[in-house]
Amino acid sequence: MNEWSLIPLFWGTLIFLLINAFACLWRGLAGPTLPDRILAANVIGTKTMVVLVLLGLAREQGIWLDVALVYGLLSFTVTLVAGRLLETGRLKGAWKQ
Amino acid sequence: MIDAAHALLVCFLVIAGAAFFFIGTLGLLRFPDFYTRIHAVTKCDALGAGLVLLGLAIWRGPDGEGVRILALIALLLISSPTAGHALARAAFRTGLKPWTRNDGERDGEIPGDASERD
Repeated sequence: MNEWSLIPLFWGTLIFLLINAFACLWRGLAGPTLPDRILAANVIGTKTMVVLVLLGLAREQGIWLDVALVYGLLSFTVTLVAGRLLETGRLKGAWKQ
Repeated sequence: MIDAAHALLVCFLVIAGAAFFFIGTLGLLRFPDFYTRIHAVTKCDALGAGLVLLGLAIWRGPDGEGVRILALIALLLISSPTAGHALARAAFRTGLKPWTRNDGERDGEIPGDASERD
């Protein structure tokens, strides 16, 4: 397509982000309090979304962008539901105690 | 369409985004308390991902995929702060006291279960 192929840059960033995600996984394991673990899950979700987009561009396939979009929506919802379960102890009914 | 200036800009944005991701990870690992961690990580991840995705959107150009990446950026800028706020409020209402300087090295635990909330 052009002589400025940035594919190696995307692969490098992708691997760098995966290493960062594993570091956040350690916080998920060692996190003393429960909110730390939920936070680690949320952070890994965000990083995975960017990794998916990078993968899509590195492999020249557009389908990965839709996967990243759905994954971003899901990880956001997971954090909200976990925060709500942490706060009110139940899932149905209004958020207020 | 893609010339040296574009490629340089994309390289700069992607590397800056990766740097912010790294700063966010450092904040997550090194900070003593949940609240300090969440403030560091939510900001750095949103900005880092925003920069990386902006660089990719520029590289992909304004056709179908560039718009999809911009939609992803919009989603991210809406969802990341909201999730961070919901989680921080849930933690605070569950009784997790913020860490203060005279609390010693590591962070405070949750006193008792949710029923003892004051």
